[in-house]
Amino acid sequence: MANLKEVRVRIASVKSTRQITSAMKMVAASKLRRAQNAILGMRPYAQKLHEIMQNLSSGMDGSDEGIYAQNRGNESVLLVPVTSNRGLCGAFNANIIKATTNYIHTNLPAQLKSGNVDLYCIGKKGADIFKSRGYSIVEINTDIFDDLTFDNSVVIAEELMQIFAEKKHDQIILIYNQFKNAAVQVLQVEQFLPVSKSIADESAAEAEPKANYIFEPNKEEILEALVPKSIKVQLYKALADSLAAEHGARMTAMHQATENADSLLKDLNLSYNKARQAAITNEILEIVSGAEALKG
Amino acid sequence: MNLEIITPDKTIYKGEADLVQLPGIDGSFEILNNHAPLISALVKGKIKVKKSGSVEFYEVNGGVIEVLDNKVLILAE
Repeated sequence: MANLKEVRVRIASVKSTRQITSAMKMVAASKLRRAQNAILGMRPYAQKLHEIMQNLSSGMDGSDEGIYAQNRGNESVLLVPVTSNRGLCGAFNANIIKATTNYIHTNLPAQLKSGNVDLYCIGKKGADIFKSRGYSIVEINTDIFDDLTFDNSVVIAEELMQIFAEKKHDQIILIYNQFKNAAVQVLQVEQFLPVSKSIADESAAEAEPKANYIFEPNKEEILEALVPKSIKVQLYKALADSLAAEHGARMTAMHQATENADSLLKDLNLSYNKARQAAITNEILEIVSGAEALKG
Repeated sequence: MNLEIITPDKTIYKGEADLVQLPGIDGSFEILNNHAPLISALVKGKIKVKKSGSVEFYEVNGGVIEVLDNKVLILAE
């Protein structure tokens, strides 16, 4: 049987760990709410933008290819894994890292061999791991999640768009966790650039022109202004999703940890009381046998 | 007419307006009640919203505008 003092020390340490995990759970829950609000606030914008794009492309023959729609194959690929800056959020980062390495080894083995696979890491955790595994990293951004606003994400989006426009890379792929609910994250591997043609075609087919719009100055120029906008919105959406998913994952993980600490505490208390009882019984036994010896 | 100004972060204006002045690509223009359907791109500048005598200004960094059935929708940045 464990001795009394040992058990008492363990109980104290489990209790303080439990306090930390339950506090982290609360913090994650409130941050999750804020992140969810950001997603909700962005939704009308994304939806309306999509509608206007539909109205615009409904009358177009789709022959013109903007600079961001150029399909140049996948000779040189840039992957953008979105991870978190902090750990303690379950399998959140591990999933992203696994998906990224999987993608590289199944889809791009030749490009990897010739050194044409680069990573643009968003989030510290992914950057650390990929660095230690020796992947080639062009850029690490760890500041974005401190203050995730549309304006801040535009900076990254423009950087990526420039990389693509300058033909440093033929394809840019985004890998992130999509927020479904607090307990569930859905892993997404998405082509960021070139803009996938299928979406534009689809919307063109289904859209009926609602009215005879006046286009000022003309359709092409408006579309030219809109495409970069929708690319930026896509990145912001991915980042906001990832942030909400991170807090959701952390909340669930910390909830589990708190529950585990609870059950551990219960067991420890039981064995503490058992040890205490045994010690008391022992003491009584000693006194009684001592008295007995004196009598005899 | 009904006016909505939406940014990626939030909706900054929603309600009635009498007149909207916008910074278009080819220069500033205004929209009044019962305007014909229009889609146009905006550049950096100020949006002026006039509503029963009071005037409000909003800074934008480019955007798009859609006018349809007396509803004005501005996607600003």
